[in-house]
Amino acid sequence: MTVETKLTMTEQDVRSFSASHSEPEEFTNLRVQALAAAEALPLPKPDKTKIINWNFTDFPVHTVQSSTYASLDELPEQVKSIVDTDQKNLYIQHNNTPAYISLDKNLQQQGVILTDIQTAIREHGDLVAKYFMTEAVKAEEHKLTALHAALLNGGMFLYVPKNLAIKNPVQAIFVHDNEEASLFNHALIVADKGSEVTYVENYISTVPKAKGQANIVSEVFAEDNASVTYGAVDVLAEGFTTYVNRRGVAQRDARIEWALGMMNDSDTISDNTTFLIGDNSVGDTKTVVVGRGTQKQNFTTQVIHWGKNSDGQILKHGVMKDSASAIFNGIGKIEHGATKANAEQESRVLMLSPKARGDANPILLIDEDDVTAGHAASVGRVDPLQLYYLMSRGITKQEAERLVIHGFLAPVVNVLPIEGVKKQLTEVIERKVR
Amino acid sequence: MSTLVIKDLHVEIEGKQILKGVNITINTSEIHAIMGPNGTGKSTLASAIMGHPKYEVTQGTIELDGEDVLAMEVDERARAGLFLAMQYPSEISGVTNADFMRSAMNARREEGNEVSLMKFIRELDSKMETLAMDQDMAQRYLNEGFSGGEKKRNEILQMMMIKPTFAVLDEIDSGLDIDALKVVSDGINQMKGENFGCLIITHYQRLLNYITPDHVHVMMQGRVVKSGGPELAHKLEAEGYDWIKAELGIEDETVGQEA
Ligand SMILES: Nc1ncnc2c1ncn2[C@@H]1O[C@H](COP(=O)(O)OP(=O)(O)O)[C@@H](O)[C@H]1O
Ligand SMILES: [Mg+2]
Repeated sequence: MTVETKLTMTEQDVRSFSASHSEPEEFTNLRVQALAAAEALPLPKPDKTKIINWNFTDFPVHTVQSSTYASLDELPEQVKSIVDTDQKNLYIQHNNTPAYISLDKNLQQQGVILTDIQTAIREHGDLVAKYFMTEAVKAEEHKLTALHAALLNGGMFLYVPKNLAIKNPVQAIFVHDNEEASLFNHALIVADKGSEVTYVENYISTVPKAKGQANIVSEVFAEDNASVTYGAVDVLAEGFTTYVNRRGVAQRDARIEWALGMMNDSDTISDNTTFLIGDNSVGDTKTVVVGRGTQKQNFTTQVIHWGKNSDGQILKHGVMKDSASAIFNGIGKIEHGATKANAEQESRVLMLSPKARGDANPILLIDEDDVTAGHAASVGRVDPLQLYYLMSRGITKQEAERLVIHGFLAPVVNVLPIEGVKKQLTEVIERKVR
Repeated sequence: MSTLVIKDLHVEIEGKQILKGVNITINTSEIHAIMGPNGTGKSTLASAIMGHPKYEVTQGTIELDGEDVLAMEVDERARAGLFLAMQYPSEISGVTNADFMRSAMNARREEGNEVSLMKFIRELDSKMETLAMDQDMAQRYLNEGFSGGEKKRNEILQMMMIKPTFAVLDEIDSGLDIDALKVVSDGINQMKGENFGCLIITHYQRLLNYITPDHVHVMMQGRVVKSGGPELAHKLEAEGYDWIKAELGIEDETVGQEA
């Protein structure tokens, strides 16, 4: 294995990567401009976490070649178990290689698009040009978004046409099993007017260590009256520096619901932002986290209200053990004119060891009078009275703690729409808190 | 037959002495009632029996068939046969009532010998019916958002599922309307038998209209100051506590005071 690290990709590297994927010229230019911008742009500034010394730029290689899966039988066991047997709409990526794809025939005929991101860039240029890093996340925001645009090497695209409700969830699995691999991954989801879709993604490392970067961006667009439910279970290996930015834009009467199980073993900076642009739009964010070892993490969840009568809900529950530390920033922002908006949030952190650190930091920024808002935050240990109650029924202390912790993280587990993924998250929690 | 013996029990909470020498012996097949005004140490006794972390026993013993209860952890006490229906049960989010009760039942069984799901559900359904509880309460989170009455019923449901040897019921009747009181009493009466003993803590006589106690104890100032049969409860109902206070020369019955 190589130990050589490549500090930066040159413009030439980016151009030739782009050319090798037959990307249209505009996209090549976007990459090249982003690369140039990345040099000068500062890192993002997640509140209360200093990341100036984190290494977001070094990685052994930009892309690795991995095998495709001719059938689901070829999947590693760990991955097989998160695919339900009747899963019809599925994209699997193997490190940087699109490895398996299936989409219900009926949905195809009705105009649903599910492809790897490179194919989308080539074949659905108009949609990509309209939505890719134009509105939700912009390349020039900071160094990491710029690097993302310049170095994009994987991801998927999902388009749901007008007024179509997809009943079964669409699942994307990003398998990481090569230590050298880096994931500059982009998920782009467009739910056109009046449509409905549930999307569930898994980031899963089957190797214990990583040497590269995980620089992940998801952009979700819910057009008027559309509804997107977005579930995620991230289980990336230690060694990645993970930057994950998941954002949604909800238009009039649209709804975006997030259920994020953030179970990485890597240091992680997470940005989850929902823009409630349209009147009556709804953003509901649920995040659960388990931190262990010496992990450092920052989870910033924002809901930004522009629409009148928009409703934003943030729930974050984190469990910290060992010497892990995490900051939970919850930001409800109501812009001027967003009358009757409602911004609620709840952040709770459970500490399982004296050296663990957790900080719940609720922020309300309100620029309009006629609104409602509220927040609740707490940081503490497992409630001894809860343990007493459970133990008074004969349950051992260890099992009582287990019940309380699983209960604490249940808000995300319970709403994941794929049985295998629900089970996986339960097992990951079990493994991480033990 | 099993016996729970409480001898000379002294209990402190946060450095404040609450119980000052309680003596009670309960056998299976007996129902005991502890009555007394608020603030006389009844819940303290219940908490000390179960092992509440905030209550410190400074003197005296509790033995269950000769075993030292005070040396046991809370869960060991429960598995040894003790149960406490709490005055203020905890709420536990994300843990369904059914999962919780199954864990409690399995905690008493060897690994590999867990109660079967079918059998568990059948039993839970029938007990919930006895207690006139909505079936959906099984899938709700443990005590979360339960009304006062629902919590009380849920405590009794747990007792019926777990089938302890000795149950302490702390103010199981408070906040119940008459229908609920009847249902809860039915549940308790179903448990009666030679393998079950019960200590009912209440400050009203009305529960005792439905469950006839064999022994009635009155608690004041952190001690049992009077014991008798069911007639004592009736007298308390008719005449209140003042005559006992007069008889014993007690002015303030709460624990802060000395006779
Ligand atoms: N946490 C506590 N700290 C100090 N005193 C307490 C605490 N809890 C209860 N007490 C006191 O103990 C006494 C007995 O309380 P309790 O056993 O609950 O009485 P009862 O159940 O008979 O109403 C009361 O005077 C009460 O004020
Ligand atoms: Mg009491």
